[in-house]
Amino acid sequence: MVQTAPAAYDSKVEGNVIISRLDACINWMRKNSLWPMPMGLACCAIEMMATACSRYDIARFGAEVMRFSPRQSDVMIVAGTVTYKMALAVKRIYDQMPEPKWVIAMGACASSGGMYRSYAVLQGIDHLLPVDIYISGCPPRPEALLEGLMKLQHKIDRERAIADQKKELLEVF
Amino acid sequence: MTHADVLAKLQDRFQILAKTEFRGELTPEVPLAEIETVCRACKQELGFNLLLDVSSVDNFGEEPRFEVVYELYSLEQKLHLRLKTKVSEDHLEVPTVSTVWQTADWHEREVYDMMGIRFSGHPDLRRILMWEGYPYFPLRKDFPLEGKPSQMPDVAFSEVAPLAGGPFVTSPTDSGTKDREPRARGLD
Repeated sequence: MVQTAPAAYDSKVEGNVIISRLDACINWMRKNSLWPMPMGLACCAIEMMATACSRYDIARFGAEVMRFSPRQSDVMIVAGTVTYKMALAVKRIYDQMPEPKWVIAMGACASSGGMYRSYAVLQGIDHLLPVDIYISGCPPRPEALLEGLMKLQHKIDRERAIADQKKELLEVF
Repeated sequence: MTHADVLAKLQDRFQILAKTEFRGELTPEVPLAEIETVCRACKQELGFNLLLDVSSVDNFGEEPRFEVVYELYSLEQKLHLRLKTKVSEDHLEVPTVSTVWQTADWHEREVYDMMGIRFSGHPDLRRILMWEGYPYFPLRKDFPLEGKPSQMPDVAFSEVAPLAGGPFVTSPTDSGTKDREPRARGLD
């Protein structure tokens, strides 16, 4: 009696393998564990704290690990009025964040200077940093910040992670 | 003690250039040279043990141009006193009162930062709100609200802010509050 078995069947791995693109995998991992650098500069920071607390719970979107060290962060949430005195400090903290990194301009002040049309306030953090997501509101409600975070997740999902950010890996093949 | 007693005692010893009484507030003006001794007497002899604020006024176009205002309060007698002294633009120097009330230290730094009035004898006269090296004094009347450009490499920079247009600027119009209020408007 000859025992037969399906040629391409391996019971150890079948059902545990998913075939996907490398880009999609990397993006999936990145977007679901964004570590924010909370750049809280004014009242928007209070709403950001509320977003992190139990009622709104930013952990549902994988971004609960607020790191006050730029070297461990992926996304900088600029929450509040950026004065000229603070502006270069914000830039320096952004420069210390490792690539890949994203920026959320939270609220009217960080997006455009808001109501502070004055000698002391930078008219939007996009004068200094490449902003990915602008959130309107003065200050935005926690739902708005979560919406912005989801928008950023969609944006990350569409990135060409390997082609744009890991060129050295492509040269191997 | 009442305001009349305070004024009488001050007039006995010091020169009072002018005085205003308005809604229960007494505001004597004293010569610049005497401001420190007046303040010391107010604290030690008249009991004004709390300095509420030191501020400054720019009467642009007048001479003397600047005015420094001291808000004094006596906690025991629950009495308020406002001292004023005028400062000429040619000699922008006021004796410090931080030796009388320690809290004057930061108040005087703010006056220096915003108005450019120097305080002689101040222990640490640096800017307190703007950065060291900022070339202007922003609360002066001849300084525009939108600011002026400045550049200090690696420290800070400033640019002129747009004062018209945008969602956060009131639009003057007769057609009613709805159109006047700052709000997001389409580009038209």
